[in-house]
Amino acid sequence: MTNNHMISARGLSKEFTVKRKVTHAVTDLNIDVERGELVAFLGPNGAGKSTSLRMLTTLLPPTSGQATVAGYDIATGSAAVRSRIGYIGQGNSAGHNHRVRDELLSQGAFYGMSRTATAQRADELIESLGLGGLEKRPVLGLSGGQKRRLDIALGLVHSPELLFLDEPSTGLDPQSRANLWQHILTLRRQHGTTIFVTTHYLEEADQFAERVMVMDSGRMIADDTAPALKTRLAGDVISIGLGSMSEASRAAELVATALPSCRVNRSAHDETVLEITLERGNTELPRLLRHLDAAGVPVRTAALRQPTLDDVFLALTGRSLRDDSAAEPNSSSAEIENTGVRS
Amino acid sequence: MTALTAPTVSSDRDSHLLRDTWNVFRRELQPLLHDPFSLIFSLLQPIVFLGLFGPLLIGSSGQSTPEVLAWFVPGILVMIALFGTSATGSNLLYEMQTGSHERTLVAPIARSSLLVGRALKEMVPIIVQAAVIALVTIPFGFRPNLAGMAASLVLLAIFGMGLGALSYALALASRKKDWMFWAVQQALIFPLMILSGMLLPIEDGPEWMRVAASINPISHVVGATRALFAGDFGAPVVLGGFVAASALAAVGLWVGITAMRKSS
Repeated sequence: MTNNHMISARGLSKEFTVKRKVTHAVTDLNIDVERGELVAFLGPNGAGKSTSLRMLTTLLPPTSGQATVAGYDIATGSAAVRSRIGYIGQGNSAGHNHRVRDELLSQGAFYGMSRTATAQRADELIESLGLGGLEKRPVLGLSGGQKRRLDIALGLVHSPELLFLDEPSTGLDPQSRANLWQHILTLRRQHGTTIFVTTHYLEEADQFAERVMVMDSGRMIADDTAPALKTRLAGDVISIGLGSMSEASRAAELVATALPSCRVNRSAHDETVLEITLERGNTELPRLLRHLDAAGVPVRTAALRQPTLDDVFLALTGRSLRDDSAAEPNSSSAEIENTGVRS
Repeated sequence: MTALTAPTVSSDRDSHLLRDTWNVFRRELQPLLHDPFSLIFSLLQPIVFLGLFGPLLIGSSGQSTPEVLAWFVPGILVMIALFGTSATGSNLLYEMQTGSHERTLVAPIARSSLLVGRALKEMVPIIVQAAVIALVTIPFGFRPNLAGMAASLVLLAIFGMGLGALSYALALASRKKDWMFWAVQQALIFPLMILSGMLLPIEDGPEWMRVAASINPISHVVGATRALFAGDFGAPVVLGGFVAASALAAVGLWVGITAMRKSS
């Protein structure tokens, strides 16, 4: 390693030509991820997350740009990159006619591990990922959650220093999802593994990642910690309920003079409720209540809503990530999807 | 920050080629080892041909049962290899859809080994199935030359490996539209079978069919298998069969490896 960057990409781009139409799946991607970081790659379906991941994992050659992953160039040192990274794709990694433990042993052999080391590692992973009792089960007979845990185990057999996960929790029930994240976090705590995960679940990115990269239409549009993104791009919202319309008007004036940088709106549902968008809502709220109280305007209700990453995405793109119609890939990326290149 | 001068690794893949091929071969073989009876069940089709087509041949040719079996059983063995291995690409097609092929592409395995290991595995079911069919026909009057049978199994294994490699190449070419795999496989398999003379003698057919058969590698494999089972090691068809099978294997592996390298 020439520096401490586990991933370093410059100008990474990928174009696909489908039916003579050029689609820019990823445009000018610049990334630096340090050793030990947990980064979430967030964006709607078709944003280019998987295409980026497939380039970084040597599955797809970039149209232009370059990247080093785990210390080696993805184009000239692909074999070295492959032996150092783990990759858990969107599909199921295990062959359906194979048995659980056999696949783990094959995987170890693929990475050049000795028989004894592989067997020991396989048993460790079977134990820690709750696959005990399923060793001889054909993969076809596993539940969705069990298959996903086996995918994780397969990605970890060779103890990679860098782990890529592509939508690891899609299709899992909430309990399995929580369980999966527990495994990812434990792995990181115990081995300092660098983790790069794509997701379209906002809560996951918010809760677990130290750093969130937001991607939309093939471009990276934000890269920061979740709290920083929220503060910078969305802001807290304080809602205060007042006794009457006149009191609400009075309160609005008081708030505007006390906090000149905030934004005050009437609630769409109730004209007597004020919605105040500002930074550091948690410290401003008690101050605001005391101020209104001292001015003789009694506050009936008060609530603080902190922004989500969805508010951030909305602020960045004018669209909501939750809104499925907005997140739907456009027709050209749908065609790409049909040709087997997931984006 | 901007330094992207990473060390480039000289390809040390060559030294791992054998190991990688062996690992792929072993992984492919595992389901078969756990479930060897699946091989026997897949013999249903050749047994139907032997049991239902054989008596018709005996009746129409006017020859004795042992004479007909000596001609017909070797053809059936080639048929086993033809049907079994030409469909094997569908396994890869399925693994490409589920994601387990992708997993092997991210692993540090040589692309050529991913293909060769799979193709080599095709030899195993062919040898087992051909031996089983040859042996179960003995009580019905089949009298194989055992050394010739052993040589035939080697020939069939080489043939199956080549055909399997081509089937995998077809799967890789059809990964964007899986119906194409079966369309091409079905379109080719029956003409190839009939023009090999494995069910009915091609010598009785018209001139153009004999010409077509002479350029069909499978007809040479069928001819060589018949001569070997009869113990006629010196027959020119034996050499022709080995040349045809080896050529098919060479072409199959080359096309297959190229397709595998291009696929990622």
